[in-house]
Amino acid sequence: MRPLEVLDAWLHARLSAPALTWLQEQAARLAGDDGDAALFMAVSLVAHRIGKDDLIATVAEREAAERARSGWDPTDWSLDQAARIYLLLATAGDSARFARRLDQLCATADVSELVAFYRGLPLYPDPPRHAVRAAEGVRSNMKAVLQAVAHRNPYPAEYLPDGAWNQMVLKAIFVGLRLDPIVGLDRRANPVLARMLADYAHERWAASRPISPELWRCVGPFADAGMLEDLARVLRSGSTHERAAAALSLTACGDARAGALLDAHPDLARAIAAGTLTWRTLAQAI
Amino acid sequence: MRFIDPHIHMSARTTDDYERMAAAGIVAVIEPAFWLGQPRTNVGSYIDYLSNLVGWERFRAAQFGIRHYCTIGLNSKEANNEALAEAVLDILPRYLLKEGVVAVGEIGYDDQTPAEDHAYRAQLRMARELDMLVQIHTPHRDKKSGTLRSMEVALEMGLAPQHVIVDHNNEETVRDVLERGFWAAFTLYPQTKMGNERMVEVARRFGSERIFIDSSADWGVSDPLAVPKTARLMLERGIARADVEAICYGNALLVFGQSGQMKEEHWLSPPPVDQRVLFEGNSVLRGQQPRVEELPGIPDHTDGIVIK
Repeated sequence: MRPLEVLDAWLHARLSAPALTWLQEQAARLAGDDGDAALFMAVSLVAHRIGKDDLIATVAEREAAERARSGWDPTDWSLDQAARIYLLLATAGDSARFARRLDQLCATADVSELVAFYRGLPLYPDPPRHAVRAAEGVRSNMKAVLQAVAHRNPYPAEYLPDGAWNQMVLKAIFVGLRLDPIVGLDRRANPVLARMLADYAHERWAASRPISPELWRCVGPFADAGMLEDLARVLRSGSTHERAAAALSLTACGDARAGALLDAHPDLARAIAAGTLTWRTLAQAI
Repeated sequence: MRFIDPHIHMSARTTDDYERMAAAGIVAVIEPAFWLGQPRTNVGSYIDYLSNLVGWERFRAAQFGIRHYCTIGLNSKEANNEALAEAVLDILPRYLLKEGVVAVGEIGYDDQTPAEDHAYRAQLRMARELDMLVQIHTPHRDKKSGTLRSMEVALEMGLAPQHVIVDHNNEETVRDVLERGFWAAFTLYPQTKMGNERMVEVARRFGSERIFIDSSADWGVSDPLAVPKTARLMLERGIARADVEAICYGNALLVFGQSGQMKEEHWLSPPPVDQRVLFEGNSVLRGQQPRVEELPGIPDHTDGIVIK
């Protein structure tokens, strides 16, 4: 199934008859191209007609999503979001028109609409065209919008250039979002990001402010001597979660000095080797 | 006691105000679209302003545990720039259906010019077509006749009076508004509109049916705590608690709740994980029982509770 058909099946299984009829009528009418204004009104009306209940996808539905678009994870989706993306895809037309309409929709969107439009990024036609839009979402001051781009969304790892990617990860830390739900976090780790994160840790230390243990996740693979010292400091004087994070970070570091630091903490090394301490378990424990 | 301020321009206010308002018991606000103190020169700045009302300001309020709603419209002053007005009327429908938009507003008359009349009628038509409420701004000058005219035109355009709020009333206008079946809002605004000692007397005379109050606080000298302060003054001067609650909370919820966009559950029982709207919750929401027997707490006692 294509993503549009997957969304259609989800909505069929959940919407009341009048809501479903309304949505299908809109999609049919707008596919015949009733102009931009009609689409804009329909997309806004979704909140009135469909509501905002959680989607709560079944296991089979999640698998269908993954088959339709690798990395597509509907965990956080709600019905209004599914219906809005459904309308966009059902009326997509050529990719230039789609991108133009998406820009206009975002320019006058409310918060819920913005979240829906950014969640939909991996499903849109001509994906590379939307990298600028995704970077714009990262710049949003509204946490829910940043989260829609960053969490359980395969688009950023696939299409954001390093600069925007690094900003997204750093900003997630900065506003208190978890890193673990970021798709491709380890794959896209890079030396510049490691340096930015370590600098940020120093800033926080200087101000005596707490640091998310997840910060160290993208530092380990590219840790230089200074960052190894930072990690040693965390191992010495960090909280339980921070020490666990430092150990995980060191495990991902190829430098011999990292191994030596880890040897001094056999309990953590054992938990990591046994798989009972991972970035996922740590994120859930924080 | 809980309060709603159903007319306040929060985008002109500071975070200190949000904190004091939450501490004083304000759980929800409605921000009508209006002008910026000086006229806009193009539709683009209107688009950004309206986007701010349905986006950023809503999020900003939620961070302080206050639910933010808005009304969307072209104000009467800027209706006089006809080129601007036509462009704004074109884009308004895109905003009227956004989440948290509870009415078309604040619209009506300022100088009562033909251009104002044209924009007012066009927006009443939109409200009727989209089955929306209307929030009317009544003029500062020639108030009584402007208020009467606002209501006559609303009726003429097919609006039902129970769907229309007439704001900025005073002792001279309230009887006409109530007798025609409209809702009567009073603005407690230092110097120009109503003082709250006068409001106590209005409550004594007219009771609490279809009457409520707001601060209209904005970028001018105004008081974002006008609603809780006036509630306190009313209680101290012997107005029955049930009337005070209706005037300072219940009636605003009744009338704007008709939109389907504003519900008491939004602040009384939000979902525990409310990431889509990011409501951070306030003391009311952390499982504490409201201390209903106490007078409203006014965080900053130095400025007193009387608004002259």
